[in-house]
Amino acid sequence: MDWIVPLILTVITASTPLLLSATGELITEKSGVLNLGVEGMMLIGAITGFAVTVSTGSATLGIIAAAIAGMAIALIFAFLTLTLMANQVATGLALTIFGVGFSALVGSGFVGFAIEPLPSLHIPFISDIPVIGPILFGQDFLVYLSIFMVIASGWFLTRTRAGLILKAVGDSHDSAHAIGYNVIRIRYMATLFGGAMSGLAGAYLSLVYTPMWAENMTAGRGWIALALVVFATWRPGRLLAGAYMFGCISVLQLHAQSAGINVPSQFMSMLPYLATVIVLVIISSDVTKIRLNAPACIGKAFRPAQ
Amino acid sequence: MKARFMKRTAAALATVGAMALGMGTAQAADPLKVGFVYVGPVGDFGYSYQHDQGRKAVEEKFGDKVKTTFVENVPEGADAERVIRQLAQTGNELIFTTSFGFMNPTIKVAKQFPNVKFEHATGYKRADNVATYAARFYEGRYVAGVIAGKMTKSNVIGYVGSFPIPEVVRGINAFMRGAWSVNPDVKVKIVWVNSWYDPGKEGDAAKALIDQGADIMVQHTDSPAPLQVAENRGIKGFGQASDMIKFAPKAQLSAIVDHWDDYYIDRVQAVMDGTWKADDTWHGLKEGMVHMAPFTNMPDDVAALAKETEDKIASGDIKIFEGPIYDQAGELRVKEGEVAPDGMLLGMDWYVKGIDAELPK
Repeated sequence: MDWIVPLILTVITASTPLLLSATGELITEKSGVLNLGVEGMMLIGAITGFAVTVSTGSATLGIIAAAIAGMAIALIFAFLTLTLMANQVATGLALTIFGVGFSALVGSGFVGFAIEPLPSLHIPFISDIPVIGPILFGQDFLVYLSIFMVIASGWFLTRTRAGLILKAVGDSHDSAHAIGYNVIRIRYMATLFGGAMSGLAGAYLSLVYTPMWAENMTAGRGWIALALVVFATWRPGRLLAGAYMFGCISVLQLHAQSAGINVPSQFMSMLPYLATVIVLVIISSDVTKIRLNAPACIGKAFRPAQ
Repeated sequence: MKARFMKRTAAALATVGAMALGMGTAQAADPLKVGFVYVGPVGDFGYSYQHDQGRKAVEEKFGDKVKTTFVENVPEGADAERVIRQLAQTGNELIFTTSFGFMNPTIKVAKQFPNVKFEHATGYKRADNVATYAARFYEGRYVAGVIAGKMTKSNVIGYVGSFPIPEVVRGINAFMRGAWSVNPDVKVKIVWVNSWYDPGKEGDAAKALIDQGADIMVQHTDSPAPLQVAENRGIKGFGQASDMIKFAPKAQLSAIVDHWDDYYIDRVQAVMDGTWKADDTWHGLKEGMVHMAPFTNMPDDVAALAKETEDKIASGDIKIFEGPIYDQAGELRVKEGEVAPDGMLLGMDWYVKGIDAELPK
């Protein structure tokens, strides 16, 4: 059983960046904005977090800077799509391409730097309890934040007035506008929240997961986060399950290979995608429920009637 | 406000224009245009980075007489053909395509541009205007194997592989032959990540291997992530393609460094002299196309043995694939007293006897 604790620890690190960015995107999409720029925002967050940590020596400042950088990029997106009413899909794709290039440009001066990884929580005695100690009480701050945020998002969307307003804006911006809510402002805030979370996810990659900067180091995780939101039918609980399932299978397949289990490695590489999609499709196979959960106004520009 | 913005923009445009003009006049003597296509980012600090170091060496050596262009992050597929054609159309006379997967696109474009010279790395298809070149990385892997065989305590080596292609399989075989030459009990665990470059996944693969008892990390993927995991977990490992000591000051034993500088300079010179031929170059430790990074984090006797091994490979005293060599099924592949021919090495799709793993097909 010695292998189980390190295995679970690896699963947690593999799942956390997906969970962080997917939670942000879920809130953004619930307000009716489809931001396909998650990958780009993550990269910007990753390089900002890394650069600030290298320059100041403080990972905490790096994380804060990454969240702010993610928000700044999301602000560009929000300005283009919400104020200037550009097409959200095209703008989101452009944001990803921009993020890849811009992070590489900024990051070219930071290749090959090494930093101390973000410290993990260590409570004397409690963190030393076998099995549960290191898993429950030995993580870094961002892991706890990711779990807290997804639960808080669920509570926010169903139990708070502000959450209901956000959903109303996403489901019918005209009605929300008619009863006096500021649709554009609410969408701005939701988009900025998504940017901040993607920034944090990027910082998690460059400060914890693989503490270094390398170009394009997200390697498609932003797109996986986007897909998770859809397959989880915009429900935070399922998002949590989906992100951890993806992380779990992608790590398990590597363990299975090194244990010498003889399955083609190409199939193993495919497995996390396949299994996550199948499971999420099955648990959300009720079409009417998907319709109920999907924000009806997603991707549509809002032009306030005069 | 708007007017000021316009003014600034105009000024910026003028500067850019002036720069372009300036460049035009400085290179009036028609420099030789040389193009490079990389599979990864030049900032990978590994494979593509080393090719780019070679490009920079060409620029430094020839100065105004050459103009180099590079395209990075080119996927191995239809996009590659488009990029190579673009380079050929824009007047590059010599084009280096630096990854195995660029082979067919290179051959295809070369047919359409008979006056442009192409150089494809690590492939086996040639034409009148397509040369091939590669480095005998496996020689370095044999040296790494000798070090690993001496340094391992658990006798389990963790090996992060990219794709099960001959180049990587050959590397695993050479590494294990090196390890067994000093320690017959060494076993290897191999994880394929099916990517050349995905730091997160490479790191996870390394963690999986360490969790299963590996205490030496070897990688045939391009990012420093596996070595960095080795550093964090307190085991030893080897850098890939580039000296990665910065990422793992306590863990890196050595690194197999690609050194393309001399080759690229030679080839550019050959084009300038009109002596360029579409031949095949496969150089190793002897010619300096493969270097070993300094031997660090090991006892002096191991370092001395590693140096001796390196020198003997360079001088030809150690022949890595000298018979008798059996494959996993027990079939005799290389007879006693013979050395595996290059053709066999280039197409190697079998593990040598003793490797306890199945090769994915």
